[in-house]
Amino acid sequence: MRQTGMSSSSGSRESWRSNAVDLTQLTIHEMQAMLATRDASATELVRSVLDRITRLDGQVMAYTTLTEERALEQAGAVDRLLAVGDPLPPLAGIPLAIKDVICTKGVRTTCASKILEPYEPPYDATVIRRLKAQEAVLLGKTNMDEFAMGSSTENSAFFRTRNPWALDHVPGGSSGGSAAAVAADLCAAALGSDTGGSIRQPASFCGIAGLKPTYGRVSRYGLVAFASSLDQIGPFAKDIRDCAILLHAIAGHDPRDSTSANLPVPDYSSTLTGDVRGVRIGIPDDYFIEGMDPEVEAAVWTAIRTLKELGATQEKVSLPHTPYAIATYYIVATAEASSNLGRYDGVKYGYRTTRPADLLEMYQRSRREGFGPEVKRRIMLGTYALSAGYYDAYYLKAQKVRTLIRRDFERAFEQCDVIATPTSPTPPFKFGEKTEDPLQMYLSDIFTISVNLAGLPGISIPCGFTKAGLPIGLQLIGKPFDEATILKVAHAYEQATDWHRLKPPL
Amino acid sequence: MKITLKEVEHVARLARLELTTGEKERMRAQIDSILSYIDKLNELDTSAVEPTSHVLPMTNVFREDEVMPSLSQEEVLVNAPDRHELFFRVPRILEE
Repeated sequence: MRQTGMSSSSGSRESWRSNAVDLTQLTIHEMQAMLATRDASATELVRSVLDRITRLDGQVMAYTTLTEERALEQAGAVDRLLAVGDPLPPLAGIPLAIKDVICTKGVRTTCASKILEPYEPPYDATVIRRLKAQEAVLLGKTNMDEFAMGSSTENSAFFRTRNPWALDHVPGGSSGGSAAAVAADLCAAALGSDTGGSIRQPASFCGIAGLKPTYGRVSRYGLVAFASSLDQIGPFAKDIRDCAILLHAIAGHDPRDSTSANLPVPDYSSTLTGDVRGVRIGIPDDYFIEGMDPEVEAAVWTAIRTLKELGATQEKVSLPHTPYAIATYYIVATAEASSNLGRYDGVKYGYRTTRPADLLEMYQRSRREGFGPEVKRRIMLGTYALSAGYYDAYYLKAQKVRTLIRRDFERAFEQCDVIATPTSPTPPFKFGEKTEDPLQMYLSDIFTISVNLAGLPGISIPCGFTKAGLPIGLQLIGKPFDEATILKVAHAYEQATDWHRLKPPL
Repeated sequence: MKITLKEVEHVARLARLELTTGEKERMRAQIDSILSYIDKLNELDTSAVEPTSHVLPMTNVFREDEVMPSLSQEEVLVNAPDRHELFFRVPRILEE
């Protein structure tokens, strides 16, 4: 099964209509079809996924909070709408999971941090309002690295999420819970957030699709801020059509986020034509570096060959400032984080230390007891980079190098329509392998970080497995606000391969 | 050495973080190695390069100042670690 072969999307149609169908394995569009033909009710869909969570989440540990009752209530409401016979919005009755960094009214939103452990937001993020307006079913909140800072979900203050493909390996991060939940069929699809690769890298590690939209494509209102000039919310899904459906649901201008772009949102599903003839795929030499895992490199080249067989052309492009991306990122992102996380002072919400002697002690001890080691390290680094005497040497310097990284992409996109790279230089690693050395963990984000610095859209799709059975991801990077093209190319590749149909051995 | 223990203490104060002696030394060593890595940015001449703070062209957003529904005081206070009636309660700041 683990090899490239031609198959058509209609092939699975018959199988899910049979009685043996496992509802939890269905994609969003397959669930939509079943609801439309009344082959399944929303309650049946949601109950089957909740049952699977009960059975398997003890192993995977994807969820921080489950909202079973609310989910079944919402499914019942959708079934009543179905009974009336009115046309339903696209996400009606679809069971989704939400990364625990996105505010959900009345449902705990912890950022996997002790400092926000009991926090129940009094409002919904804009993306949540949009999902609710489409009658989607929210199953619960998913685990992550504390405040989205990490690449393995090991920085969660609560517990470690496991990779469904190999339970002694990390699911990637920071959106590891969302990625693992989708891969293990513990939801139909999920939302995550991506500041330096936090959607694409876990999607790659868990063998599913994950899209970071262009900066400004999706409203950040209600996304707990990490690095405001880099953060973006995006979908995790079992296939590209589902990515397109979810992106369409959450994208668009929001008066509550002044950085959300006032641009029309294309109908992404209709751009999935399967035709990539003449699409120019740029391959940056600078990304095929020493230290890349040979199995990852081989899988990515095979994927590029597949795209060429489908009629795309290969162009050589250059991103010469790639070696400076991680250094730039860890100044820009930590500087913004140190400022954003200043709000956790133990006054209006979140954790407060017991019996502080005075106000200063209340701040210092609440933050000391509430934040984990990686968050403290980044607050310290960011505060240092912004402090008097170091601002020009670090923060301003990094912002200037950010300009150079952006220009690299502008030049590259004069010669191509899409850039193809590995998502991560290595397959998933084992727990504890990189926790002792923060810099080693940072270096694993080499291929995803530049995309955030340049504000571009990027998607990771499954493109193979190692001999040990660990997933490998292909990253496709697009021009600003051109999610349609990367989705089209990803979809054509997916139609020509079977990777996305493989299921972890749970 | 890129950063001294004294600087770590200064930055911790600015960031309102209390660190134990052991944490300070560990933090110093880790930040030191990260800063040494970041030094590679100095290989680039950026004297003629404009900084990027945001990738989008940012303009100020204006709107009419209209009265709109907002959260109630009760909703705002519901997550407070400590409150007194309709106020957030904090340790005394002013002397009597």
